[in-house]
Amino acid sequence: MKLHHAIFGTALALAAASAPAAAADITGAGATFPFPLYSKWAEAYKKETGTGLNYQSIGSGGGIRQIKAKTVDFGATDSPLKGDDLEKSGLVQFPTVLGGVVPIVNVQGIQDGQLKLSGEVLADIYRGQVKKWNDPRIAELNQGVSLPDANITPVYRSDGSGTTSIFTDYLSNVSADWKQQLGTGTTVNWPVGLGGKGNEGVAATVKQVVNAIGYVEYAYAKQNKMPVAQMRNKDGAFVAPDDKTFAAAAANADWNSAPGFGISLVNQAGAQAWPITGATFILVYKSPDRPEQVAEVLKFFDWAYKSGDALAADLDYVPLPDAVADQVRGVWAKEIKDKSGKPLFPGNPS
Amino acid sequence: MHTQVTAGSVGQGEVALSQAASPRRPALAVSDQVFRAAALACALLVLTVLVGILASMLYGGWPVFREFGLVDFVAGSTWDVNNDRYGAWPAIAGTLSTALIALVLGVPISLGIAVFLTQLSPPWLKRPIGTAVEILAAVPSIVYGMWGLFVLAPLVAAYVQVPLNQVVEGLPIVGTILYSQVPSGTGIATAGVILAFMIIPFIASVTRDMFDQIPTVLRESAYGIGCTTWEVVRHVLVPQAGVSIIGAIMLGLGRALGETMAVTFVVGNANRLSASIFEPGSTIASRIANEFNEALGLQMSALIALGCVLFVVTFVVLAVARALIARVKVY
Amino acid sequence: MAATGGAPAATVPASAPTWGRVRSSRRVADRAMKVICVVFTALGVFVLGWILGMLAWKGLGALTPRIFTEVTPGPGSEGGGLANAIVGSIVLTCLGIAVATPIGLMAGTYLAEYGKASRLATVIRFVNDVLLAAPSILIGLFVYTVMVQPMGGYSGWAGGVALAVIATPVIVRTTEDMLRLVPGTMREAGAALGAPSSFVIRRVTWRAARAGIVTGILLALARIAGETAPLLFTALNNSFWFSPTLLGGVSNLPVTIFQFALSPYDNWQGLAWAGALLITAAVLALSVGARLYLNRKAAR
Repeated sequence: MKLHHAIFGTALALAAASAPAAAADITGAGATFPFPLYSKWAEAYKKETGTGLNYQSIGSGGGIRQIKAKTVDFGATDSPLKGDDLEKSGLVQFPTVLGGVVPIVNVQGIQDGQLKLSGEVLADIYRGQVKKWNDPRIAELNQGVSLPDANITPVYRSDGSGTTSIFTDYLSNVSADWKQQLGTGTTVNWPVGLGGKGNEGVAATVKQVVNAIGYVEYAYAKQNKMPVAQMRNKDGAFVAPDDKTFAAAAANADWNSAPGFGISLVNQAGAQAWPITGATFILVYKSPDRPEQVAEVLKFFDWAYKSGDALAADLDYVPLPDAVADQVRGVWAKEIKDKSGKPLFPGNPS
Repeated sequence: MHTQVTAGSVGQGEVALSQAASPRRPALAVSDQVFRAAALACALLVLTVLVGILASMLYGGWPVFREFGLVDFVAGSTWDVNNDRYGAWPAIAGTLSTALIALVLGVPISLGIAVFLTQLSPPWLKRPIGTAVEILAAVPSIVYGMWGLFVLAPLVAAYVQVPLNQVVEGLPIVGTILYSQVPSGTGIATAGVILAFMIIPFIASVTRDMFDQIPTVLRESAYGIGCTTWEVVRHVLVPQAGVSIIGAIMLGLGRALGETMAVTFVVGNANRLSASIFEPGSTIASRIANEFNEALGLQMSALIALGCVLFVVTFVVLAVARALIARVKVY
Repeated sequence: MAATGGAPAATVPASAPTWGRVRSSRRVADRAMKVICVVFTALGVFVLGWILGMLAWKGLGALTPRIFTEVTPGPGSEGGGLANAIVGSIVLTCLGIAVATPIGLMAGTYLAEYGKASRLATVIRFVNDVLLAAPSILIGLFVYTVMVQPMGGYSGWAGGVALAVIATPVIVRTTEDMLRLVPGTMREAGAALGAPSSFVIRRVTWRAARAGIVTGILLALARIAGETAPLLFTALNNSFWFSPTLLGGVSNLPVTIFQFALSPYDNWQGLAWAGALLITAAVLALSVGARLYLNRKAAR
């Protein structure tokens, strides 16, 4: 027992000695999609201002639960909350960045960007209706490309995730059968295929299983150098995913059409628009118990809107258009107040 | 050097330890009672924690039990989050089958290792191999998961599933159990193999320690009358350590039933039930781990209810195991 | 068991008996068993080598001294290490074992020495086995409900408690089993000298079973050192240094590894593997160290 008392004591002493005088640390938790970006922003923000933002990705559901339980200063979610939920809980919701979900394939002879798919075909692949790669519906979209006579193995996310949410939102949008049978959600009742854990798991499974197709966040497709399929967007054009096409999807969106900016960005109009795009959101209380903390949260995101664009682009995220960021600031000033009714933003000039 | 033995300390030649407190040293008598009370308190604490966990899970899972009824939930096979229909059977079947495979593979290997370490190995090899086996326990479960997914699964797919498919395709019973539609390497069988390696260190280390504890004189007498090593193991060592080996297996079984991270990576995560062990499936722990973070409302209650079910499954499995060994003198 | 043949009394330990007129089926069975045991052991060592090899191959590259001095970096950033996660993990694991060991030891002692075959002891033994099988994620959820929510936030204390709940059943099980193996003659000798039961237990029985009990504690330590799920709900994690009061998120290796390993960023992946290598190496060092220490004490 003495040995581990000694270890314990030393460890505590180490911890006490090395932890610096705590700056106003803000804690947030939730969505996995923006986790790398928030970490990168937090690192840069701490260097600049000394305030530490501790963001942990426990999933959108987790983020929503934690903010409702008031165990964190802000929650993050990939799927926006509905208006009445926001009203009832006294929360304010705003978007931070955009990203795209892309289909990856592992088919012999198919190069990156060579395969063309449409939303209906993609939905039917995942519903198990389109079974082979040389199915006439795929062939007609890909004239001149030789497709093998082999079974398609669809790969999906086994863990609940915002990526699945965006993907199924898109499929529900373009296929009435999908909407009725399976719907939108962080997990759906996939009728066929294999599950992979996390974006990495899906990418690994697709890489490993010949004639497989999967969906991942754009960064993972890029990092794993997986062949990506082009998609036909609402305007009928085939587009490849990159930050331009993601931004094009957001450009025409009407951000005020849903409470808390909670609009869906899938299948947006625009010749250049990537059809499987989504945003990620932050949740804070209108009258928080700890207003100083929330004021710091708002300062952080204000900084992110102003100075975080380059970092976001580095990591293959798409920054929010400036006009939308201004709308968000307007909402902050109007809605988020401390106990005495004073708005928390702009607060003290940063 | 003699210690005074008062008349009351050892009653009538029986080993009455609890009465061994000497009346001449009341302080020791008190500390004796305190020690016993403390031991009892700790034991009761274990009980309380389990009751607490069960209670909090029943409370959390109640909405689902109320909605579907216990039988429907346990026997149901659909897990449809969007339509809020939940059935636990595929997950239960997956949990039981992966644990079974893990035991079938893991127990013989563990016993073999323990026998090797205590009976067969040259002395200079004992320590390194013993430590090597213990390190298997030190590897974080997420590493097992990643090793399973990135290293083992492709090998299983290429060298086990593909040839096996060609051999058993179309065969009646064997084909159903061993055939895989998509040889991806992930599935119940791979998860069982990974679990086997995770439980080996527990069972092997504890068994080895127990074999070492057996008085040498017992082994020597057996050798002395001409037993072969195998006979010594079978007729002396295993019976002597018997009940304790069961205890070690319980440790391993516990790990196999509840292991989350490693299994989640390699079990394939399909919500469907399938007859083949090479098809993807899911276990209760993997289902909970996969969906918990994003779950809200009834889905979360369903996951907690799954946890309740796992506790019950564990109860049943362990009770059956105990009943089986009740013939052996157990205390 | 009848002695067979004219084989002379085997030397002790007789690993290579002279066969003489031993029935060949016994010989074959013996040979077969030996081969199987060697093969199984080789298999276990081989798999271990494989996993460690993978760990080393992917993790050694990132294992620089910086790991111990710098805080976890952002994705794709230069520099950075695992210092905060390492210290946090040490604190949480020590906390967990510090709570679990006395409780586990005493509970195991109760079961082996006092309770024995009583109804209560049987129930507790059973309950303990069930707890052993509990998925760690549910334990994390339980501690979240009873500690994190009332306290209004994540904390290292909740994390330590969650780890303790996982470690205790292991220690109880192995302690009880090891104590049971101690021959009754030792206890009787102690009682015959007039020692009260608690004295006998502490100074005689515990001492005799010491090696096995330590194995149990080490097994429990190995188990909780790599546990991710319970920490997700209790200590969460921290990208920076955590507070010395342990309130608020406490950085730890398992959750960090989990987050980094499944990301597409090279620096994060390298750190994840290095972290996994560290955990394995640390537990190994502790195992070896504890054994050496015990052997030295026994030799004296």
